[in-house]
Amino acid sequence: MAATLLQVSDLTKIFPVGGGHQLKAVSEVSFTIRRGEALALVGESGSGKTTTGRCLLRLIEPTAGHIQFDGVDILAQTQRQFRALRPRMQMVFQEPYDSLSPRMRVGRIIEEPLRMLPELDAAERQRRALEVLGMVRLGRAAYDRYPHQFSAGQQQRIGIARALVTRPDLVLLDEPTSALDVSVRAEILDLLSDLQAELGLAYLFISHDLTAVRRVCQRVAIMYLGRIVETGETEQIFEAPLHPYSRALLSSVLYPDPASRLSRYVLTGEIPSPIDLPQGCHLASRCPMVEPRCRSAYPPMDRFGEGRSVACYRAQEMRALGGLTTH
Amino acid sequence: MSSDNPSLPATPLPRVGQQTAWRDFLSFTRQRGGFQLGLAIVALSLGLAVFGPHIGPYPTETALPGMPLQPPSWRHWMGTDVSNMDIFSRVIAAPRIDLTIALVSTAIAFAGGVALGVISGFFGGGRGVPKLLSEGIMRAADIIQAFPVFIFALALVGFRGPGTENVIAALAFLNIPYFLRITRGAVLQVRERPFVEAQRCAGNSEWRIAFVHVMPNALTPPLANISPTIGFSILLTSGLSFVGAGVPVPTPEWGSMIAIGAPNMMTGQWWTALFPGLVLGIVILGYALVGDGLKEFLDPVNKR
Repeated sequence: MAATLLQVSDLTKIFPVGGGHQLKAVSEVSFTIRRGEALALVGESGSGKTTTGRCLLRLIEPTAGHIQFDGVDILAQTQRQFRALRPRMQMVFQEPYDSLSPRMRVGRIIEEPLRMLPELDAAERQRRALEVLGMVRLGRAAYDRYPHQFSAGQQQRIGIARALVTRPDLVLLDEPTSALDVSVRAEILDLLSDLQAELGLAYLFISHDLTAVRRVCQRVAIMYLGRIVETGETEQIFEAPLHPYSRALLSSVLYPDPASRLSRYVLTGEIPSPIDLPQGCHLASRCPMVEPRCRSAYPPMDRFGEGRSVACYRAQEMRALGGLTTH
Repeated sequence: MSSDNPSLPATPLPRVGQQTAWRDFLSFTRQRGGFQLGLAIVALSLGLAVFGPHIGPYPTETALPGMPLQPPSWRHWMGTDVSNMDIFSRVIAAPRIDLTIALVSTAIAFAGGVALGVISGFFGGGRGVPKLLSEGIMRAADIIQAFPVFIFALALVGFRGPGTENVIAALAFLNIPYFLRITRGAVLQVRERPFVEAQRCAGNSEWRIAFVHVMPNALTPPLANISPTIGFSILLTSGLSFVGAGVPVPTPEWGSMIAIGAPNMMTGQWWTALFPGLVLGIVILGYALVGDGLKEFLDPVNKR
């Protein structure tokens, strides 16, 4: 069993936006997820993180690139062939209620993905559905009820149960907590963490919620305007980000402890339009460390130790700047 | 695993959603006189469709002995016509044929329109064969709707000759585009909702998503359209019968009764055409009122 579960290389998605213009939502994104590993894809709205996720599940077709799932090149498959693989790659959606068929009972919603596993009979499907309802801490009574009879947090648990019922290897979590109340959010995040450990799941956790990411994920990839600017172990990145954008993003997180004051790192200016981006680093117009070469060519991904890569010419100097927290 | 959950009771709860829906409907009805009137008329017309031919005081298809064209009296509430048939008995017997035609043709139009609407809505804007299918359906609907309805119905019936089945077929065909468009509009909204994508992730085929997951959530608008379509079909049936292209003559039918009575109107026997026309108008009004009420009741924006 290979350690690498998912390998994405040079994934690109271009949307035509009329008048011959192009919106490069995702450009040359590469990352890997090992078995049982949770990788966070972090970025603000419009950074292409959701588009990346949707390409992985073939909900939209990428323009270019390769996606290897457990050694299979999934982009070479037809949609029909890919359906056989779907039970192994499931997804949890951002909108808890809207992602559940409103006129179906919860049991049927959860069993729906099992239709792709014809070896299971009706009794076995029901057994599995009740099993995952237990895993997400909803009782058996939920089986016969309708989605609108649950709270948003419970609905999201149903969504998680549906994603787990086929016993997938990889679960794509598309902002699973951003529609929830803060109190419920913590419960769901704990549940996701527990399930990952219990079942050895791999996650691709798409989020702009940095505290959530820190809680659940072992590795982080930070996206800005369609590109991954920095990847690494969660703690490494949170302690000492090496890309100016990561640094600005992470220093914007508010921590409850006023003693752990952060050295604020603020970017000025507006995000450039993602339509017809100029060559060079996308952050060049806003970066306090910009140099002439930043404007002429996009910086390559440089490796900084084990599993750490940064796309910045000045990452070395950034490293010298030290960590974020000034205890 | 964990059967002891504090947030959920152990026994299944009653179907809260369905009970409230029924209660909502009752309180909605109570507040609307027009809707009540419509419901009463619809119920009465359905009752007459079943029992009408049997409860009239006189036979409906045979002439009575004596003078024709008797004015309304205690013996003949609506008078008699030129063949000396009792108009009241015939008027209340007419729903049997008029409603059968309207209900059957509307049912066919609903089934066909919804199915085609789901296909054209769900696959519209896509690629390949489904897209062509979707486009083809819409263009066909455009063509059908480009003709004046009555002329087209007349042409269809004229093509195959008068007769109940042919009227049903013509009306069903004419009404399909309306159900199609209404359904398509609803499907275009529903297909963008995230649960559709969730079903894709679950491994459903596109056709299954369209008919098992999207269609049940897009049925409200076409359902609300059923009642006015029935009314409209009754009117069209009568219209066809009036010009002799609908139900053949001795059968009691409002349109043909108006046609029989029309010449007598000129010579002063006003009752021959007035009563069938009046009842026809009231029944159509009833179905229109029910349709309006249902549309309002089912529209979440207008609700409360």
